[in-house]
Amino acid sequence: MTDLLPTTRTDAFDPPAELLSDPRPLRRMTFADGHRGWLVTSHELARAVLADARFSSRQELRRVVVPRPSVDELQAGKPASPGFFIVMDPPEHTRYRRLLTGQFTVRRINRLLPRIRQIVTEHLDAMRRSGPPADLVPAFALPVPSLVICELLGVPYADRERFQRDTAELLRLDATDEQAGTAMNSLTGYLSGLIEAKRARPSDDLLGGLVAGGELTGAEITGIAFLLLVAGHETTANMLGLGTFALLRHPAQFDALREGRVSVDAAVEELLRYLTVVQFGTTRTAVEDVELGGETITAGESVAVSLPAANRDPARFAGADTLDLAHDASGHLAFGHGVHQCLGQQLARIELRVGFAALAERFPSLRLAVPPEDVPLRGDMAIYGVHRLPVTW
Amino acid sequence: MIEADPEVCIAAGMCALTAPAVFDQNDDDGTVVVLDGTPQGADADAAREAVELCPSGALSWRDS
Repeated sequence: MTDLLPTTRTDAFDPPAELLSDPRPLRRMTFADGHRGWLVTSHELARAVLADARFSSRQELRRVVVPRPSVDELQAGKPASPGFFIVMDPPEHTRYRRLLTGQFTVRRINRLLPRIRQIVTEHLDAMRRSGPPADLVPAFALPVPSLVICELLGVPYADRERFQRDTAELLRLDATDEQAGTAMNSLTGYLSGLIEAKRARPSDDLLGGLVAGGELTGAEITGIAFLLLVAGHETTANMLGLGTFALLRHPAQFDALREGRVSVDAAVEELLRYLTVVQFGTTRTAVEDVELGGETITAGESVAVSLPAANRDPARFAGADTLDLAHDASGHLAFGHGVHQCLGQQLARIELRVGFAALAERFPSLRLAVPPEDVPLRGDMAIYGVHRLPVTW
Repeated sequence: MIEADPEVCIAAGMCALTAPAVFDQNDDDGTVVVLDGTPQGADADAAREAVELCPSGALSWRDS
């Protein structure tokens, strides 16, 4: 097969060259399960597909994009597990999402700012005490969002070894079905026990609130907890790790951030656009025939939407292949588009703004401790990033 | 002027982030609240951008 989703990167920060070199915004693609579907690479068509209710997210209709399981591809084709609203359409999706959105508003997330600053400071202080050198991933990039989402959800951070291990296993593309299934059962079992404990002993946190609300079953809350925990730390952790690597490889950009010549808000949007860690994008399946970009997508056919390619579309972003923190990256699709656009995006933004600003300010001489080609990249994971980032100062 | 449909809204918060003088979010479910339906100047520009960015199509701009 020559028309599988291109996944081979030749550069740490650029999407696979084959993905970007084909000028057609919509082309045929063979999915990893053999399905003959479509691949969208332009910003305009990506937005169109993701905003169109004729393209379904239902798990029963889902096809496998890459030839390994990942957290939501394990169960492609089967009915959605209770609470897994990311693989549901409205109105089921809407019902679940509405129970959560009040916790993720711009205002509510801004209230977490002092605590997020404290968590960032504590981890950077600890990194400074133990180094140089240090591996920035376990010292900073992973624990900060992990601790923040734990506190928001009401998951004991002391249990992190277990859920971080299960999460990492779930996102590994070289895990066997059995390994991924074991990790999924382990994490589900852990969260289900936690939710039962909250039923016995009410707690003032997001999961405790869902339990007390009485609208959802234990299985539904477990499913929601699973999604929010996995999505809540892996994505932001990898943006922090890969983003730092990108800044160290573009020192003039890092200087501009440190010296305040670019705002950290704009810098974060540009890093989200340029790096787009959801590296295989997302898929939808047509529930009726749809005319798109001069082609007919027949009912039942799936469309893979490459978010990394859409975010490098030169028709939408001038200088799309250059990291320029002064770019206007507004309108990027790193958080998706349509009714499934990332629930936690305001939280991610605040964590990234605080994280990069503090790193630039407190470690002005930060640099790689190894040659750049020795930084191990996460081409093998559903969420792209760096496995480790050895740094010194 | 701005029209907003809270039934369609999925509370992503893009409008409140982009044009905070024009849009807010309901504290209960995060859905859109219009603070100023007829923004002027820079607020109008920000509001137009928010309409363009809205992921759910809940916002529209009607020239009156």
